[in-house]
Amino acid sequence: MTESPYKLFTVIIYSENSVGLLNQVSNIFTRRCLNIEDVTASLSSAPGVHKLTITTESDRPTMEKVVGQLEKIVEVIKVGLYTDDDIIYQEIALYKVPTMELLQSHELETIIRSHGARILEMTPEYTIIEKTGHRWEIEALFDCLKRYDIRQFVRSGRVCVTNSPVEHIDLFLEKQRQRQKQSEQ
Amino acid sequence: MSQEHAIKQTTIDKTTSITGAEALLRSLVAEGVDTVFGYPGGAILPVYNALYDFKDLRHILVRHEQGAMHAAQGYARATGRVGTVIVTSGPGAANCVTGLSDAMMDSTPIVLITGQVGARYLGSDAFQETDVVAVTQPITKWAYQVRRAADLPEAVAKAYYIASTGRPGPVVLDIAKDAQVGMVENYCHRHVNFIRSYNPEPETSPAAIAEAAQLINSASKPMIIAGGGVTGAGADALLQSLAEKAEIPVAATLMGMSAMPADHPLFMGMAGMHGAVGVNVATNRADVIIAIGMRFDDRVTGNTATYAPQAKIIHIDIDRSEFNKTVAVDVAIHGDAAKVLEALLPQVKPASHSDWLRLFAECHQAEDAEVYSRELRRSGSEPMTMGEVADKISATAPMGTIAVTDVGQNQMMTARYFRCSAPRSLITSGGLGTMGFGLPAAMGAAVGAPDRTVCYFGGDGGFQMTIQELGTIMQYNIPVKMIVFNNSFLGNVRQWQQLFFNGRFSQTPLLNPDFVAIAAAYNIAAERVADRADLQAAIERMLDHDGPYLLDIAIDPTDMVFPMTPAGRDVDFIMLTPDTTYSHD
Ligand SMILES: Cc1cc2nc3c(=O)[nH]c(=O)nc-3n(C[C@H](O)[C@H](O)[C@H](O)COP(=O)(O)OP(=O)(O)OC[C@H]3O[C@@H](n4cnc5c(N)ncnc54)[C@H](O)[C@@H]3O)c2cc1C
Ligand SMILES: Cc1ncc(C[n+]2csc(CCOP(=O)(O)OP(=O)(O)O)c2C)c(N)n1
Repeated sequence: MTESPYKLFTVIIYSENSVGLLNQVSNIFTRRCLNIEDVTASLSSAPGVHKLTITTESDRPTMEKVVGQLEKIVEVIKVGLYTDDDIIYQEIALYKVPTMELLQSHELETIIRSHGARILEMTPEYTIIEKTGHRWEIEALFDCLKRYDIRQFVRSGRVCVTNSPVEHIDLFLEKQRQRQKQSEQ
Repeated sequence: MSQEHAIKQTTIDKTTSITGAEALLRSLVAEGVDTVFGYPGGAILPVYNALYDFKDLRHILVRHEQGAMHAAQGYARATGRVGTVIVTSGPGAANCVTGLSDAMMDSTPIVLITGQVGARYLGSDAFQETDVVAVTQPITKWAYQVRRAADLPEAVAKAYYIASTGRPGPVVLDIAKDAQVGMVENYCHRHVNFIRSYNPEPETSPAAIAEAAQLINSASKPMIIAGGGVTGAGADALLQSLAEKAEIPVAATLMGMSAMPADHPLFMGMAGMHGAVGVNVATNRADVIIAIGMRFDDRVTGNTATYAPQAKIIHIDIDRSEFNKTVAVDVAIHGDAAKVLEALLPQVKPASHSDWLRLFAECHQAEDAEVYSRELRRSGSEPMTMGEVADKISATAPMGTIAVTDVGQNQMMTARYFRCSAPRSLITSGGLGTMGFGLPAAMGAAVGAPDRTVCYFGGDGGFQMTIQELGTIMQYNIPVKMIVFNNSFLGNVRQWQQLFFNGRFSQTPLLNPDFVAIAAAYNIAAERVADRADLQAAIERMLDHDGPYLLDIAIDPTDMVFPMTPAGRDVDFIMLTPDTTYSHD
């Protein structure tokens, strides 16, 4: 059997914080009919540098072309393309469940323990449970809580860092600083 | 790179306090702009007000904003400098969309300045508000909105830096009214030559160059395909040196056609759909292809699955995302074509490939017998063809003449039969294929290159798409020589209908006005040529005339552009007539 060329890819985009950037980024995916599974925007460790984390399912040749096009956006500093082996990643989910039903079942504590979840808030009406982990773990807890009538559910996009010992963005920014020095001479 | 302007040093022009509108104009001058094409309107009025007594810029008032864009493209392509356009918000900006998309496709450096409603009205559906940045982002290299006067000088500097460096392209500066009327304290313009997130000058890998040299030195059937990037890089002479040093035949894409003089013995003609037979046959027999500043467009490759099966492909391009985009390459050299060729040349050994060159000669013989003869050597009574007109003009016009084409058969016939004698002498809409491009682009080329003769070649369809620019030509007496191929058909579409839709000419016949009378109404000298016997003399009158001149030439509507590789077919599947294909044994 040959492996399906389709895989989940994580794209990390380091950029300036500019208006309309997300629009430009998502355009590049939509032009190729790629569905963005999730997006997370945040600061990065480099001063003033923003970080977009996007996951999408595709094949490597297509994704390499997408990366090339992303890097052409003027405000984009650097783009990395990863599969799950290259990164440490997590997602976070919140579940809002009626308190009464949970308590009646006497299983609350077992569920929380066995899924490594925690209770954020408990009122007579509802309980908010938080779970951090991989997608399948979040889904497993969802399945388990289903019978207590989940009132609200939300899952974040993926947050991740690479497992490489080298910080490519720092090296790149250092190179750019050299280039700036040269351009000023 | 050749796009760089004469002015490179940081110029500091300190004045106390000026309006944003005036700062904009001064910054344009500081960036080396001498000419702008434009059209006024409400949201850009403060800029036009400042322009009223600003003497350092020449403003050409077009008749439609699309015309301004194509004129700026023609200007940029003829000069290698950035073309500049100023228009109003909403409809003015929207009319520029076609030109932006065209410039993006053909890597043409343009700065478009659009007026925008006041910052506090943004997002409120204010009168003539279009979200220009959102509309243009996917079809520009950079689109940016300026809301404060103080930000204008830097935004202008960045715009010119981005438009002209790396892979050139169009840039939009959308300037809210506040920024135009607000004051700039201690105005000062500084050039930008560094942006942290943008690196237009890649470091070229010496290893890749060495690998390429080795492939070239061991090749027995090498071929160069030169594209628009050769012209962009100003690498025309280097290309010729490389070809001559190792006796390598050179083909060009439509966009690269003037990178080498057409009469050079190693120049073999255009690649692709309507290219030279020899080039397309050789593509699938070559052992090494050196692709320089070209992007393996589908009009060039035909079926990519069978494209150049024997060849190791060396691809030189400044845009990394072009590598392996449509065709897999063996050696990718990321860099400016001129810099790469400079580094490559000393490592390439002199060679001769006379056996290989014979292939081109043999193919040309067949092409001459089947195609050139029908196109160029008709007898007196037969109707005229576009090819013979382009051929005759090419033979009569002075060295360095620039041919600007519209889109369609006129474009292919000009590319095939007009012989370029100098760099930047074929200006055409390649990637987008925008009908209506030609006339305003010719106008812009003539404004930008006043020392060169500029001939416009267009069809009767495309001519009428931007015919209003005759008004601009009249007003500024722009000496464009206009050749209208009048076949009363949308010829190129008619050809496809003839070949692939059983001759069902759905919506392609045209009832045309009297173009000579139209020219006369604009006070432009013009004549109709209906007989071959009158053609040469009419061409001479046109070229000798001081000022614009129009020839309305009756063309055989049944004539078709051959050779032709139908879309998606193997590149060496070459139709020479509607029912014969070329085969080379
Ligand atoms: C009716 C019609 C028919 C056509 N038929 C044909 C045909 O038969 N044959 C044909 O060839 N075309 C044809 N075309 C044109 C075709 O659609 C493409 O526009 C054309 O082939 C592209 O040319 P190019 O590859 O040179 O690319 P361009 O669009 O000119 O791109 C230039 C390339 O060079 C790179 N570059 C830019 N600057 C530099 C630099 N300084 N250094 C290095 N690289 C640089 C860019 O990154 C880019 O990859 C036709 C178009 C129309 C409308
Ligand atoms: C704006 C635009 N609309 C439609 C087309 C499709 N098209 C390509 S060539 C052509 C016919 C051109 O006819 P004409 O201008 O008379 O030139 P000819 O082919 O006869 O030289 C058409 C309609 C196009 N390229 N651009």
